[in-house]
Amino acid sequence: MTIAAPQPKANMGQPVPRYDAVPKVTGQAQYAADMPLANPAYAYLVTSAIAKGRIDGFDLSDARKVRGLIDIVTHENAEKLKEPKLFGNGGYMSTTIQPLASAEIAQDGQIIAVVLADTFEAAREAAHRVKVSYTAATPTASFDSPGTTSARAKGQLSQFKEDPKVGDFADAFARADVKLVASYETPTQHHNPMELFATSCVWSGGQLTIYEPSQYVHGLKNGVAEQLGIDADKVRVINPYVGGAFGSKGSVTPRTAIIAAIARKLNRPVKLVATRDQGFTIATYRAETRHVIQIGASHDGRLVALRHEGAEISSRADPYAVGGTKITTRLYACLNVDSMVSIVRADRNTPGFMRSPPEVPYLFALESAMDELAFKLDMDPIELRRVNDTMNEPIGNKPYTSRSLMACFDEGARAFGWSKRSMRPRTVTDGDWLVGHGCAATCYPTQMAPAAARVRLQRDGRARVEIAGHEIGNGAYTVIAQAAADRLGIPYEKVTVAIGDSDLPPAPVAGGSNSTASTCSAVEMVCGQVRQRLFKALMPNEGLVDKTKETVGMGQTPVTQAAQSGQPLDREKAFDALGISIVEEYGEWKPEGAPLDSFRAMHDGKMRMVGGSEMKDRIAYAFGAEFVEVRINRWTHEIRVPRLVGAFACGRIMNPRTARSQLMGGLIWGMSSALLEATEIDERTARYVNDNLADYLLPVNADAPGVEVILLPEQDDRIDPAGVKGLGELGNVGTNAAVCNAIFNATGQRIRKLPVRLENIEA
Amino acid sequence: MRAFIFQRATDPSAAVQALAAAASANSPLTEAAVQPLAGGTTLLDLMKLDVMRPATLVDINPLAGNWSTIDFDGGNLKLGALARMSDVAAHPQVRQHYPVIADSLRLAASPQLRNMATLGGNVLQRTRCSYFRDVSYSACNKRHPGSGCAAMEGFNRTHAVLGTSDQCIATYPGDFAQALMALDATVEITAKSGVRTMPFAELHKAPGRSPEIETVLAPGELVSAFTIAGRWPRSLYLKARDRQSYEFALASAAVALDVQDGVVRDGRIALGGVATVPWRVREAEVMLKDQRLDEALAARAADAAFSAAVPRRNNAFKIDLGKRVVARALQQAATMEIRA
Ligand SMILES: Cc1cc2nc3c(=O)[nH]c(=O)nc-3n(C[C@H](O)[C@H](O)[C@H](O)COP(=O)(O)OP(=O)(O)OC[C@H]3O[C@@H](n4cnc5c(N)ncnc54)[C@H](O)[C@@H]3O)c2cc1C
Ligand code: SF4
Repeated sequence: MTIAAPQPKANMGQPVPRYDAVPKVTGQAQYAADMPLANPAYAYLVTSAIAKGRIDGFDLSDARKVRGLIDIVTHENAEKLKEPKLFGNGGYMSTTIQPLASAEIAQDGQIIAVVLADTFEAAREAAHRVKVSYTAATPTASFDSPGTTSARAKGQLSQFKEDPKVGDFADAFARADVKLVASYETPTQHHNPMELFATSCVWSGGQLTIYEPSQYVHGLKNGVAEQLGIDADKVRVINPYVGGAFGSKGSVTPRTAIIAAIARKLNRPVKLVATRDQGFTIATYRAETRHVIQIGASHDGRLVALRHEGAEISSRADPYAVGGTKITTRLYACLNVDSMVSIVRADRNTPGFMRSPPEVPYLFALESAMDELAFKLDMDPIELRRVNDTMNEPIGNKPYTSRSLMACFDEGARAFGWSKRSMRPRTVTDGDWLVGHGCAATCYPTQMAPAAARVRLQRDGRARVEIAGHEIGNGAYTVIAQAAADRLGIPYEKVTVAIGDSDLPPAPVAGGSNSTASTCSAVEMVCGQVRQRLFKALMPNEGLVDKTKETVGMGQTPVTQAAQSGQPLDREKAFDALGISIVEEYGEWKPEGAPLDSFRAMHDGKMRMVGGSEMKDRIAYAFGAEFVEVRINRWTHEIRVPRLVGAFACGRIMNPRTARSQLMGGLIWGMSSALLEATEIDERTARYVNDNLADYLLPVNADAPGVEVILLPEQDDRIDPAGVKGLGELGNVGTNAAVCNAIFNATGQRIRKLPVRLENIEA
Repeated sequence: MRAFIFQRATDPSAAVQALAAAASANSPLTEAAVQPLAGGTTLLDLMKLDVMRPATLVDINPLAGNWSTIDFDGGNLKLGALARMSDVAAHPQVRQHYPVIADSLRLAASPQLRNMATLGGNVLQRTRCSYFRDVSYSACNKRHPGSGCAAMEGFNRTHAVLGTSDQCIATYPGDFAQALMALDATVEITAKSGVRTMPFAELHKAPGRSPEIETVLAPGELVSAFTIAGRWPRSLYLKARDRQSYEFALASAAVALDVQDGVVRDGRIALGGVATVPWRVREAEVMLKDQRLDEALAARAADAAFSAAVPRRNNAFKIDLGKRVVARALQQAATMEIRA
């Protein structure tokens, strides 16, 4: 075992190497833009230089002179597409701002023309030569700009269900021994996956093939079909690898149908690779948020009143909100809780999911406030969490299926050396550096969605698993192969996995950290069907049917004796008894509590995700505790983070290697969301300024020299058959609060607005 | 990016010939139709962004045979304009006798960039002003004289507080040039008329009323070498930045001291990240002369260094930061251990 491949503990799979390790490190893995196309036309986007107004006209004369130019598509000659409907409101789209539909401009960087040429270089040059004249209106950039409108999220967005409340907050707060009121702010952030937003469209006899990095191939297929007004069966999305996504590739962006329509008109494959800066405006982002937290507590630290009010920016066109009060009101025991989320509209592109969409901003507020309260009470912040730990969430009094929050705090504290921390701020220095330690809780809902799979087992022990899951760097290939190998009793190396193709049985969006739980549950179920056929063939009269059912049904039940013996069954004999050499099974799995229309919706590319706080009789979350050491240079005020420690409990760990990698990336991301990442908006023009990877700060290796991930064993039989809690979005939650809490410990200065830059440090 | 002609210069005279061919008296050097290509890490980026649109590139890398020297003769240092940043940063004699040079290069950019980039290209790198680098902003006096300045009232956290004008507040982003400033380097320029030298401090021009003119170089002139007189073992480069690596300076100081018996005989300070051009602060230097350097003196010198600073909305912090960087750099240099 190595650091990268930790020794499995109880209820953890083997840290087998990644299924796709070799193709990736040798450059053989083909991403969307690598797919060879026959004689493609290259598309280059022209995007608006204003955020609000209209296009008066184009001067294309200079662009048309470029050798190799094929066409320039603008709103004047673009094909009209069907009305888009927002993902969060029952549709497929990331935005309802439909480019090329009219002369109106509703956001900075809106697509206003697509230039097509025989080479990428010619398309780019012609695009640079396009001249546009606008009539600009004064746009509203963000919270403090004139012209915003604000309204409660509830009722605007079907995805946003409730403003949780219980008891009498006002009364309890008024009478509380200790009170805290604090406001927090988080910035605009962009996903910036390494892989750019690429789209290639190829038509062949009325059949459209799309090569595009997508976290949801069935959603993309159906969404594009809907916009083009064609049968979804005529569309196929292929996408075996995604070079990072973080939510940005989950819903359908307008570019895809636009490129598809152009390819159909040209009768030629069209390839688009949008530039880095265009990625800031043609897809989604994490909008800036503001929070007011009010906490009332008794002297011993018990929370008696909690109120969380959140405000989020969205576009004029769409009421998007992440609405994280659903978790911040349920994390700790408290009898009187109130909350409200509102959406503030500005002239911006529509925001969307970004890794742990609600948790990152909302837990920043709550977990910062908890630290402030602990300091007020002169209590260790871990002890404050312990006093308020609960196995039942306070709003509906539903039990957590499992909750190892305090175990994570204790394990993490030990590894970090928390007991040596000074409670008093500004007491530790090391040469030029002020040293501070901070911690915070993290949590993420355990979510699952219906998924289908096809599994083929051969007499010689080789297997092929087909499921339209997504390899976004999460290790999907690996854990799916492991799940199948486990269930079929064959070596991992004998399993072939096909994913990332909408012709395969549908899997849900690789978002909400539901992928492993959903795909592995489906794959394990279908592997069970395969086993069942073999068992039946071999032992028709041995009464094993019931027992095999037990084996192949719910995953947590102990495996049958037959399976335990190391020889689950004599496979070859079973095949011979069947008289065939291949067994193939297809099955559709849905989680408990999934609505009746789940399978139909699944084939239509619509999500029926269940879990988290939205289950009838229980609540399912993964938990963790994060510890941060910050150092602040007394001269330059530079803030550095030499140490990040996270302890996490997430049900069954399929593979400690891929789990660790996800959580480690999460910790670094979380630190980065506190100190580095912020998209700056030019207030007068409502345009993004630092829309490139030099100015949009991401951490480099030197910024994260010490990252330790601790995986706690945890077994949860009340979630999904695979016993898995999603962990892809667990690592980067709460880190921002832990960083600020550590900065307070180092300096005595409380910072409530992210990101923290050196100019925000006072002393 | 526009289509362009690619030429390779085989010797210096062919290079300057090719470059001078398209020279026009009216347009600034940065707009000249023919541009020299060294490492390409500034130039090609700006071409892809459509900011620079040369019709012809003259690749000067074939001149590296003569133009990439790193020559220390025991007393003086000569660096060729085509020497790579990484080679100079790692050179043992540079590190020993001119730590400020080695540091300024080592702390710049990334290893990959340092392997590509040359010293000549480095000192001539152009501003990172986001509005300059994004042609969709129409107001940029540096790109289009007279069009205005989007940064002046825009997001200007990284912009300059020294050497600005009402036309342009773009920061000179490089690190190495501060070392050259502090060490009173001489720059060697090769032109059609021959080779000439001048103080490096005279190479760059503050924006004033014509921010499009960034240096005194004319089309057809190449930077061929830098020379530094004397050794400067008591020198260093302190760089404050948002990330631990791979990041431009928010404020930096190149300092070089000649300290004898605890008294500063000669002290040099140049600032980076805060000014529109490589910035020498003589008004602070004179305060050090013949003094014992302590915390109070360092702080006074730092104050003097920023006495002329003009803040904008988002960059006022640079004044205070810059002062602390200068003060710290001076104290560190005063106490640094010198390898014999
Ligand atoms: C992401 C990124 C981060 C960076 N970070 C830093 C940093 O932290 N600190 C820092 O100092 N720099 C940094 N840089 C800038 C980098 O150091 C410069 O791009 C590089 O030094 C330029 O050298 P080059 O040889 O590649 O120049 P080129 O791009 O080839 O040329 C630059 C300019 O100089 C002209 N030119 C080149 N050589 C000569 C010559 N001999 N005579 C006359 N004209 C010439 C060219 O025509 C061009 O206009 C960074 C760059 C990038 C892309
Ligand atoms: S600061 Fe200078 S480079 Fe930047 S926009 Fe203004 S004029 Fe242009």
